[in-house]
Amino acid sequence: MTHEAIFAGFGGQGVLSMGMILSYAGMIEDKEVCWMPSYGPEMRGGTANCTTIVSDSAISSPIISSYDSVIALNQPSMDKFESKVKPGGNLIYDSTNILNPPTREDINIYPIAGSEEADRLDNAKVLNMIVLGAFIAVTKTVEPAAILKALEEVLPERYHKLIPLNTKAFEIGMAFVNK
Amino acid sequence: MNQNTTADIQEHTVDESICSSENLVYTKPQTLTDDPMHYCPGCGHGTAHKILMEVVDELGLQSQTIGIAPVGCSVFAYHYLNVDMQEAAHGRACAVATGVKRMMPDKYVFTYQGDGDLAAIGTAETIHAANRGENFLVVFINNGIYGMTSGQMAPTTLPGMFSTTSPYGRDVETMGYPLKIADLLALLPGVAYVTRQAVHTPANVRKAKKAMKNAFEYQKKKLGLCLVEIVTNCPSNWKMEPLESNQFVNDKMIPFYQLGDIKKPEVK
Amino acid sequence: MGEIKLMKGNEALAEAMIRAGCDGYFGYPITPQSEVLEYLSREATKRTGMVVLQAESEIASINMIYGAAGCGRRVMTTSSSPGISLMQEGLSYLAGAEIPCVVANINRGGPGLGTIQPAQGDYFQTVKGGGHGDYHLITLAPSSVQEMVDFVKLGFDLAEKYRNPVMLLTDGAIGQMMEKVELFDQMPRKTKFEDWCTTGKPEGEDRRYLTSLYIKPEKMEQINLGLQAKYRKVEENEIRYETINIEDADYIFTGYGLGARICMKAMEIARAKGHKVGLIRPISLYPFPYDLYASTAGRVKGILDVELNAGQMVWDVRYAVKDKTPVEFYGRMGGIIPSPDEIIDHFEKHLLNRGTK
Repeated sequence: MTHEAIFAGFGGQGVLSMGMILSYAGMIEDKEVCWMPSYGPEMRGGTANCTTIVSDSAISSPIISSYDSVIALNQPSMDKFESKVKPGGNLIYDSTNILNPPTREDINIYPIAGSEEADRLDNAKVLNMIVLGAFIAVTKTVEPAAILKALEEVLPERYHKLIPLNTKAFEIGMAFVNK
Repeated sequence: MNQNTTADIQEHTVDESICSSENLVYTKPQTLTDDPMHYCPGCGHGTAHKILMEVVDELGLQSQTIGIAPVGCSVFAYHYLNVDMQEAAHGRACAVATGVKRMMPDKYVFTYQGDGDLAAIGTAETIHAANRGENFLVVFINNGIYGMTSGQMAPTTLPGMFSTTSPYGRDVETMGYPLKIADLLALLPGVAYVTRQAVHTPANVRKAKKAMKNAFEYQKKKLGLCLVEIVTNCPSNWKMEPLESNQFVNDKMIPFYQLGDIKKPEVK
Repeated sequence: MGEIKLMKGNEALAEAMIRAGCDGYFGYPITPQSEVLEYLSREATKRTGMVVLQAESEIASINMIYGAAGCGRRVMTTSSSPGISLMQEGLSYLAGAEIPCVVANINRGGPGLGTIQPAQGDYFQTVKGGGHGDYHLITLAPSSVQEMVDFVKLGFDLAEKYRNPVMLLTDGAIGQMMEKVELFDQMPRKTKFEDWCTTGKPEGEDRRYLTSLYIKPEKMEQINLGLQAKYRKVEENEIRYETINIEDADYIFTGYGLGARICMKAMEIARAKGHKVGLIRPISLYPFPYDLYASTAGRVKGILDVELNAGQMVWDVRYAVKDKTPVEFYGRMGGIIPSPDEIIDHFEKHLLNRGTK
């Protein structure tokens, strides 16, 4: 099993962290992983994205043309990557931020009111964990427990007090899909 | 006045018996090799090499010293200086010396560079090594001209001075001013010792040697970069007789590049 | 089994340096490889006492390497394309004076200031000279984060074995991406140094000097002949490559580093479509596996060379197979990474069933 995903949004929305947490989680489950970020000036305020591949076998190219899942947190990312979802693949997006919904009919579409939920938790920064929760619920790429363990690895120690909030956000995201 | 004529001298036969160790007043230090130097007659490099190596010898540092040769007339310094040496790319001696010294902080390291090497192409490496306070000695030979490439203008060429690329004299309006890099470096907190010396008279040679000795002592104490500038001649490219060139050092170079300590560490 | 970690290519490279018992790193920041200097500044000195120095330029860095390596120490610098251009003079001197060291080029798009995105435009510069004179850099091309680790150690071994600088030619994508890596255990730093090293003249022995200056042509030619003899040995002993599925292949995709990774994916797609495609990935770019390519000439129907440049390694591939097999090229430049689909598209349009229409 190989799952090829791209996480895309504005710099600062935590899209690179989403891919990184997924990669750590994959590693915890002894899978092969590859995380390839867009880098450079785009990291500051522009659009940022990372390709994340989780696989049971060796990974060939870190650069791919189409994705099993596209996770879009802003409109430019939606516009750019909707066409790159493989037929039958998933498009998971923040429906609070993205006003023009996708139009494709050959893919699974999951609008997640992530920003709205994040506001409810009084912390816009957990948007990424909410959407990551939805992604895991949809794709089951790794176990939720691995994600929570990975969170500890990715977050610097001084932010560990935020783990309960992030865990809650992650669970809310999962519930969006599972309900 | 010397009354002896050449004929008088030739009439003297050498008394072999005076060639005994008690009568020995000078010997070449073992820190110089037996290779004949390629420097032009009357050039100051030979003297500068000698006093530098006498200091290494007197301090007993032959096995502890690593030298960096530049590109310029002293490019072959490693043929004459009997210590471990590295030949650097043009201008990079201070970067090379940084690499050596950082790997072996307890060894003694020096660069030996001319004005083109140190103050033109290598200015950045020189200033940054100085600014980092690298603990090595820079011996800076300033003769106001590019010697090895046959007499082009150097950053230190005096205003109005002739060279093959300032054939009508250095015009500071278009060619810039002579660079007093020693004064510049003295401003940096990483620099411990800056002194300007000469080797055109025996008295100056003694002072220059003392300066080099000071620099080794400061290096031992890890006080920072030490720069000993030697204002000297280039008879061949100045197109002068050796004596005339020494006169030029005295009359023209030294008034512009004044001798003496520019910066000295406070040593308790 | 060594420690397993998830690491960025650049950080893995830095970690491998520390573990390889490196004595010093001299470098200057440039995107996309500044993480190397940052990581070492954080980690190295406190762990092994390794010297880490931010130099004033890449010119200074490579000359600090010259000085430090000349004392027999294991030292390394890294940079990206424009910075590597500045190091060419120093690399020529290192090769000329036969001083071993390892340098990594995290290749970005050029020419000029170019772009900070990944590219492979420095192939010619690396394997065909770059600096002045007849010299070679032993060149290894990592294509994964794991190889960023492994080739630091291998690079030092080769550099020391042949007294020659080694270049790790990789790119911004490999430098920036994270993969799982197995790290080798910490190696001790060197305490003994070879006879040629300028560590201070041994009592009662001759002084040592390192130079590339031999003013007499007769002597200079002898020095060159010595270097060439060494390069022939390198060519005999140090060719490295990876092949996949070439036994039954009708076609071969080839590329190095990131290009090879993308080719691998394209090969998988092509195989799924029923085309018998194999892969050749040169690992050593100098020495280049000419014979391997030559052995496929005439046997396969075509070779597709993929690079992130205008076609550089493809000249070596063509030189190897002569005109016995058609060699097609597909590349993107300026920081654009070719996608596996583009490769398949090019393959189907220009190589598949060529001459059978």
